[in-house]
Amino acid sequence: MPTIRVSADGTPALETRDLRVFYGSTEAIKGISMEVPQKRIVAFIGPSGCGKSTLIRCFNRMNDLVPSARITGEIRFQGEDLYADNVDPVEVRRRIGMVFQKPNPFPKSIRDNVAFGPRINGIEGDLEEIVERTLRRAALWDEVKDRLGKSALELSGGQQQRLCIARALAVTPEVLLMDEPASALDPIATAKIEELIQELATDYTIVIVTHNMQQAARVSHYTAYLYLGELIEYDVTDAIFTAPHEKHTEDYVTGRFG
Amino acid sequence: MSLASPLTAPPALLRRRRKGMIFRAACMGATATGVVALVVLLADIAVDGVGWLSLTFLTDPPSRIPARAGIGPALAGTLWLMALTAIVTFPLGVAAAVWLEEYAPRGWLHTIVQTNIGNLAGVPSIVYGILGLAVFVRWMAPATGGRSVISGALTISLLVLPVLIIAAQEAIRAVPSSIREASYGLGATRWQTVRHHVLPNALPGIMTGTILALSRAIGETAPLIMIGALTFIAFVPEGPRDAFTVLPIQIYNWTSRPQDEFRHLAAATILVLLALLLTMNAVAIWLRNRYRREW
Repeated sequence: MPTIRVSADGTPALETRDLRVFYGSTEAIKGISMEVPQKRIVAFIGPSGCGKSTLIRCFNRMNDLVPSARITGEIRFQGEDLYADNVDPVEVRRRIGMVFQKPNPFPKSIRDNVAFGPRINGIEGDLEEIVERTLRRAALWDEVKDRLGKSALELSGGQQQRLCIARALAVTPEVLLMDEPASALDPIATAKIEELIQELATDYTIVIVTHNMQQAARVSHYTAYLYLGELIEYDVTDAIFTAPHEKHTEDYVTGRFG
Repeated sequence: MSLASPLTAPPALLRRRRKGMIFRAACMGATATGVVALVVLLADIAVDGVGWLSLTFLTDPPSRIPARAGIGPALAGTLWLMALTAIVTFPLGVAAAVWLEEYAPRGWLHTIVQTNIGNLAGVPSIVYGILGLAVFVRWMAPATGGRSVISGALTISLLVLPVLIIAAQEAIRAVPSSIREASYGLGATRWQTVRHHVLPNALPGIMTGTILALSRAIGETAPLIMIGALTFIAFVPEGPRDAFTVLPIQIYNWTSRPQDEFRHLAAATILVLLALLLTMNAVAIWLRNRYRREW
C-alpha cells in the first residue's frame, strides 16, 4: 500500500508505514501508511471504533501502557524510527505532547500543573517565567494570573482544557496530539479551543482526533477519514468535505451514516 | 366507552406490595439482631467494668490484689506492638501494593501472587503464631531477643500485611487512570508518576486501610500467646527486645481467675481496648472524609 502524502515539502513530522495495531487478537489498525506534514493541523475523523484514537496513541507510544497492545509496521518521527530499540518512550512523550478527551488537570494548583512537566524533565530556566509564557500561549493567562496558587479543579471545563494544553506546551514538544479535546466542552469553550489550535499551528505540528466534522472542517489543513481500522481517504480538508474521491467518505461527511 | 378504572391498588398489586413489606421487615430484623447483640454486650461490660476504671488502673502493674491491679504493662505493650507493627507493615505493604498495581506485568505470576495475598488474609492467626515462634522467637533470637515485643510485632505484621496490601491496592486503583496518562504524557517516568501523582492521591485511602488493618490486629491474642507473650508482667517494655504482654492477654488472664473482682477488672480492660479500637476507627473515618476527592 503506497504511503499517502498530502504535502511535498521536507521530512514529514510523522509518518507511518503499513502500521498495524492489535489488542489481543483484534486488529484495531489494519495497515495504515500516511504522513503528517510539519506545522500543519491534521484531523482524524471517522465513526466510533474506527481506530482514530488508537492511531494517535501510537504516535507518542501511549499504547505501550496497554499491556495487550502490539504493533507492527513502522512509525517515523522527524525521520527517526519511533519504535527502535534505543528509543526511550519517556523522551518520545516529552517531544510529542498529548491533550486528552476529558480535561485531566492534576489535583494541584494551576501553577504546579504547568510547572510539573518542566520540573520532572529537568528543564532549565525560571519556572515562573515558563508558567506565564505557556499560560499566555494557551490563552489562559488573563483569566488565571491572579489565582495561580488555586486548585486547577476550580476552573471551568474549558479553562481546565486550556490548562492541559499549557501544561503540554511547557515541556517544549514539537508535536501536539489531541484526542477529541473539545468533546466534553460547551460550544463557547469549544470555539476558544479551536481558535487556540489554529494559533498553535504556527509553531507546532498538530494531530487532532474529532467526532465533530464541522470542527475538522473549521480547524484542520488536512483530514484523514478512517473506517474500521483502515485509512479510507486522506487529503486537503476542503477536498475531503467538498469533493471526496471515495463514495464511503462522501457518505460519512454528508451524514448519511456514522 | 368504558369507565376509566380507578387508580387505587387492585388486589394483585396489594399482594405484591405485602411481599415487599415482609422482605423489608426481615431485612430490618436482621440488622437489628446485630445491633442489639452489640448493645447488650457493651452494656453488660460497661456495667461490670466502669466502676473499676481510673487513672491508676491505666498505669499500675497487675497485682494479686484486685484493688491494686492495673493494666499499665499491657496497655504499654499494646501501644508498643501497634507502633512497631505500623512501622514494619506500612512501607512493606505500600511497596507491595505499588508493585502489584503499577509495575507488575499482568500475567500468571501476578495472578498467583494476587490470589495468594487474598488467601493469606484468610489464614487463621494461630498459624502465624506458629510461624512467628519458629522464625522470630527461635531462629532470629539473637536479633529479636526471643519472646520480645519486636517478635510479637513481626508476627502481627505477617497477619496484617495481606489486609494492608489489599487496602492499599484499592486506594491506588481509585486514582483515575486519566491522571497517570496526563503524567506519562508529559514525559514522566513510572517512578515520577507514582511519586508525584499516584501515591499522594492514594495516601488518605492507604492510611485509612492501614488503621483499619491495625485495629483488627489490636484484639489478636492467639498468635501472641503462641510466641510466648507473658500473661503476668509487672513492668513496661522499654525497648523492642523486652518481654511484653498486651491487653487481650491481660483480659484472658483475668477472666480465667475464680475471684469475681478479676471479672470486673477484665471488663474494665475490655472497655479500654474498645476505646482504643473506636478511636482508631474514628481517625480512619475522619481521614477518609477529610480527603475524599471528587474526580
